[in-house]
Amino acid sequence: MYTYDAFDETFVTERVAQFRDQVARRLSGELTEDQFRPLRLMNGLYLQLHAYMLRVAIPYGTLTSIQLRRLAHIARRYDKGYGHFTTRQNIQYNWPALKDTPDILADLAEVGMHAIQTSGNCIRNVTADQFAGAAAGEIEDPRIWAEIIRQWSTLHPEFSFLPRKFKIAVTASPNDRAAIAVHDIGLKMVRDQHGEVGFTVYVGGGMGRTPFIGKEIRAFLPKAHLLSYLEAVLRVYNQHGRRDNMFKSRIKILVHEIGADAFRERVETEWAAIKDGPVELPAEELARIAEQFAPPAFETLAAVAPEFEMRRFEDRAFARWARANLFPHRQPGYAIVNLSLKPEGEPPGDASAEQMDAVADLADRFGFGDIRVTHEQNLVLPHVRQKDLYELWQALLPLGLATPNIGTVTDIIACPGLDYCSLANARSINVAEDITRRFSDLDRAHDLGELKIKISGCINACGHHHVGHIGILGVDKKGEEHYQITLGGDATETASIGEIVGPAFSAARIVDAVETVVTTYVGHRAPGERFLDTYRRIGMKPFKDSLYATH
Amino acid sequence: MPLIKDGEVVADVWMHAGDEGPLPPDQPVTVPLARWQRERASLLARSAPLGIRLTSDQLAPEIGADAGHFAVIVLVFPSFRDGRPYSTARLLRERYGFRGELRASGDVLRDQLLFMQRCGIDAFDIADKAATAEAWRQAMAEISVFYQPASDQRVPVTRLRHRARAAE
Ligand code: SF4
Repeated sequence: MYTYDAFDETFVTERVAQFRDQVARRLSGELTEDQFRPLRLMNGLYLQLHAYMLRVAIPYGTLTSIQLRRLAHIARRYDKGYGHFTTRQNIQYNWPALKDTPDILADLAEVGMHAIQTSGNCIRNVTADQFAGAAAGEIEDPRIWAEIIRQWSTLHPEFSFLPRKFKIAVTASPNDRAAIAVHDIGLKMVRDQHGEVGFTVYVGGGMGRTPFIGKEIRAFLPKAHLLSYLEAVLRVYNQHGRRDNMFKSRIKILVHEIGADAFRERVETEWAAIKDGPVELPAEELARIAEQFAPPAFETLAAVAPEFEMRRFEDRAFARWARANLFPHRQPGYAIVNLSLKPEGEPPGDASAEQMDAVADLADRFGFGDIRVTHEQNLVLPHVRQKDLYELWQALLPLGLATPNIGTVTDIIACPGLDYCSLANARSINVAEDITRRFSDLDRAHDLGELKIKISGCINACGHHHVGHIGILGVDKKGEEHYQITLGGDATETASIGEIVGPAFSAARIVDAVETVVTTYVGHRAPGERFLDTYRRIGMKPFKDSLYATH
Repeated sequence: MPLIKDGEVVADVWMHAGDEGPLPPDQPVTVPLARWQRERASLLARSAPLGIRLTSDQLAPEIGADAGHFAVIVLVFPSFRDGRPYSTARLLRERYGFRGELRASGDVLRDQLLFMQRCGIDAFDIADKAATAEAWRQAMAEISVFYQPASDQRVPVTRLRHRARAAE
């Protein structure tokens, strides 16, 4: 894990001092809210429906136990005792007082954290595969590159006032868990035919009111040139992205309007001029960052731990959790453990201070103090010995962190919606809660297999509904909350945008409608076939027919 | 509006001319891009220094090859949110080798000064009437660690770290 050196520490400390001065100027009335707004947004402080909201960056979703304990402390001391993990692998606090925010940032700085670039029209917090360093088949740890991008983009003087926000995601595994296809830039680590490592570069993916899957603009970029190439893409966007209409200002619109080929040509021309220039990362700096992501001291173990096998055989509940929440680790005898933040009837992604402290302790005890945050709003302990799994599971149960539902119908992504967000048309959290109640029968949920429901309270799509197998979008129909359903979305390496199935459903009917979709799938699926594959095979019509059948 | 150059508040000796109308024979003037394109020959025939003003959508390549004719290039920020002039500034400095005064004008606020200065802008027509040399120095000093090279002379940490190591 990357540890701040003296330079990084000086930097975050200076930022805190700068923000403290700005908050003091605001509190004294020297700055109006209008003047203060851009300044607070540079530090992730939003004004929401009821209060300020502070969004703290968790770069590429990696936390140490020390950092997680500090997040718990902040929740307890400055908020109402909990925090909310987001689809950007960040954490949000919904109730901080303005006067406390400099102290919160100072507390964060002490553990190498900040809230810089979690809002505003700049390069946002870089995201990556949550199983980095643990999953089999990975080319390199993608966090090395995410950290390099994080540093390069930090207070970038040229790219801090882009036409619109800009999101970059990195994956190094053939299984894309970072949703790179729906990012402004998606980077996939690949090897070329000579075995050289580099990136396939996708540009112009995104959600919002005009969703697009990113276009491949370079099949192979040698990794040593990553920063010059990114600088070229950003420069083309900064100069040519639309600034006349906020809804058309993302890079996806530029790529769409001029076409991927013309866009590629502009980038290549710009790149040719700066390639091998000062922006390229010095080899010794790459080595310095890479060494900090060296694997932890794994033990040499048998591929399968007999204790684990036995417990699975004896304890049905444990077996169920193991089936849903574990993921194979590349190191024999280890497992990747998902901790679900989606218990029945609770807002997705919320964690209490007590839960955060407990997870930090468990990470120290069982997992090298390493914790990950997923864009699907769960937590991960990436390196746990199989023989410790039963004990870990027993510790997670009373904490409410052992819901065995990863990837199932109740592992829902939802944005904050009308409960917090001033842009919302409809609530999303309560719909998620109602669906988890409806499908609370674990056997049924497991029988349904992988099924991703994603809910957004408005077309800004923070809940990623476009890429949900079942997507739910809050719309306003004559002042009433309604929900539109999309089907067939996918954020992985087989990415696609969901299609609207028909007219929206009222709040009273949406959960029934979801259930109708699910039963239609069950009626049509081939043995072992996932929802998404059934949908791709049979198409929209059967679902439409059952949803809008006249009774 | 105070003009800050090289860290000091200075008087603006330039006359900023419109798209047409007579120009004083021996005073330094800046003209909009369109006028430069139209009256190039007569503007070059004047003996007093010449400057040009670019709106944010007039990008560096439009005058890059001519940059040597100008003593000052004014980049106008219509709003602090319009970040195009940052790219224009860097390209003028780094690609077209412009060595004259690069001036930011328009919605130029204290909190953007450091970004501008890093992109090669060295004169600031600051929107806030109360802007002082002291405020400018503060804005320059708030942050001392830089993570990427730009048009300024500051050494980014990606290199500083290893200088420090090599010296150990
Ligand atoms: S999708 Fe809309 S309602 Fe939900 S958080 Fe984003 S802006 Fe708010």
